[in-house]
Amino acid sequence: MDIFLVEAMLNGLLLGGVFALLALGLNLIFGVIDVVWIAYTELMMIGMYAMFWLYAKYHWPFLVAMAAAIALVALLGLLTHFLIIAPILDAPPINQLLATGGLLFFLQSFATLLFSTEFRNIGVRLPTLEVAGMFISVARLAAFGVSLIGVGSLYVFLRRTYWGVAIRAIAQDRQIIGLMGIDQRKVYGITSAIGGAFAGLAGCLLVLQYDVHPFIGLSFGPIIFMICVLGGLGNLLGGLAAAFIVSEIIAVGGFYVSIDLSYVLAFLIFIGLMFWRPRGIFTR
Amino acid sequence: MNTRRLGWLVAATTAAALPFLGMPVYLLHLAVQILLWGTVYTAWALMGRFGMMSLGHGGLLGIGAYVPALLWNFYGVTPWIGIPLAVALSVLVAVMIGYPCFRLRVVGHYFALVTLALSEVTERGIVAARNITGGSLGLTPNAASGTSLFALQFPDKRHFFLLALALWLFGLWVWHKIEGSMMRLSLTASVEEDAAAAVGINVTAEKLKVLALPISLTALGGAMLAQYLMYLNPGTLSGVMVSLQMLFAAVVGGMYTALGPTVGSALTITLSEFLRILFGTRFIGAANTLYGILLIVFTIFMPIGIWGFVGRRFAQRRAAPSVRLRGAGAPGRAR
Repeated sequence: MDIFLVEAMLNGLLLGGVFALLALGLNLIFGVIDVVWIAYTELMMIGMYAMFWLYAKYHWPFLVAMAAAIALVALLGLLTHFLIIAPILDAPPINQLLATGGLLFFLQSFATLLFSTEFRNIGVRLPTLEVAGMFISVARLAAFGVSLIGVGSLYVFLRRTYWGVAIRAIAQDRQIIGLMGIDQRKVYGITSAIGGAFAGLAGCLLVLQYDVHPFIGLSFGPIIFMICVLGGLGNLLGGLAAAFIVSEIIAVGGFYVSIDLSYVLAFLIFIGLMFWRPRGIFTR
Repeated sequence: MNTRRLGWLVAATTAAALPFLGMPVYLLHLAVQILLWGTVYTAWALMGRFGMMSLGHGGLLGIGAYVPALLWNFYGVTPWIGIPLAVALSVLVAVMIGYPCFRLRVVGHYFALVTLALSEVTERGIVAARNITGGSLGLTPNAASGTSLFALQFPDKRHFFLLALALWLFGLWVWHKIEGSMMRLSLTASVEEDAAAAVGINVTAEKLKVLALPISLTALGGAMLAQYLMYLNPGTLSGVMVSLQMLFAAVVGGMYTALGPTVGSALTITLSEFLRILFGTRFIGAANTLYGILLIVFTIFMPIGIWGFVGRRFAQRRAAPSVRLRGAGAPGRAR
């Protein structure tokens, strides 16, 4: 097999890690609270800006800046839930999507207002590894590794802790949960904070690979929503698998044609798959 | 002819005469944009109000705008042929996505996310085909010399105003038609699918029927916007942000009333012009920041929109005495 194709596929795999992280956060929120945060990648954008300011401008240590950025976006997730979603929790789901659409407008334009449309780079140049004639960026490798750690810790949290079990329970049966003595508001709050934290973490990882600008959310948002729909909204494992399928389509498509066209291709394949299984390829 | 129709006729004639009575060019420019975008938003709301909240309309608008312009630039095909082709193509695309969605009951936010892909495909496709479409730098249709009916180019804004007005009125007529003939069926179809299917309504077919006219209107709006602005950009005439812009204007204006989306269009265009004149380019994004907050506030506190709210107030005032009367005289009413 062509060595460059293998390299492209490997890069696709690495990209898939970050996609998986974002898809997981979104799916968690959807599965538990039954809302779509259409502004999810805009939260990620805020995380990237936080990293840029704290690390590149104020020279905080990298890990401290990262923790602060994640905490900030987790807080934004909490605010999103309690200020925007909670008042209309009983409205039709589409209203909640509209409201977070407003949040998207707001975050994007507010970032434009504050930071201008300038592309900003954090200025970290991580080396490139050469393995068997293939070039692999350490930034991508690190992003992949950290994403896997994030996914793994979510799994452990959902399986092994009290609140994790509560979250899974509420996703299964919303009505009965109050009778079991679990505070629904608290579960929603925790879920929103985790969702936000995942967006923040993804932002911290992506800021190593991409310049940050107010519209970066738009270049990731649609692909993440597509992944979630493909895997079945709210289906954590489905989203995980779909993330890697989509990232491979993009990487291999980019190898044979161009990155621009491979995104178009991914969306066309997605539309095609929707004919077959509109509620996700892993559901019947 | 009843008084209501006569009223509409007088209003339309007056509006059509306005530009010829010395309306400033700048106001004319705003009016044309408000009418064209108003038509597009009306088209969006025609589906949105039946639970088909599409985020794919940006893509359909893009097809409407780019197909005639590309045909004109590369093959010299008149927009009179290009626009019908674009409309047909957009309806075809919409049916291709709509059919499986309706058939397999993809509704609500699921529908919104599936249709989002269409906007993304169109925008990215236009950017990727930059050799033909100019990519994100945009495209300028070849200018015909002066006023040309063949090229559908009118340097005189007054002519374009008439065209925009006609299109907008057509949009309202479509609204009226759908409201009059199929509203109950389709409302049932979207809200109570099982109930509708149980009484023998083909939900999929009904939804597809509701779809064709608004989609054509969206593509037509896109084509006319391109002809008017004489500049096409994937960011402003296609894509996800345009879809969100439609959703914003329709919701804030009021998507359950015929004039609501136009109110939304007038509001957004005048507001952004106002901010532009007030602050210049110093505060890029100020208008959208405000829109974002408004959209959140409206969705939470006033989902029927400005015009819906005004309309309800009117209806209440008119209905108030009769309601009281009935309440007082109702037999057997528990006190």
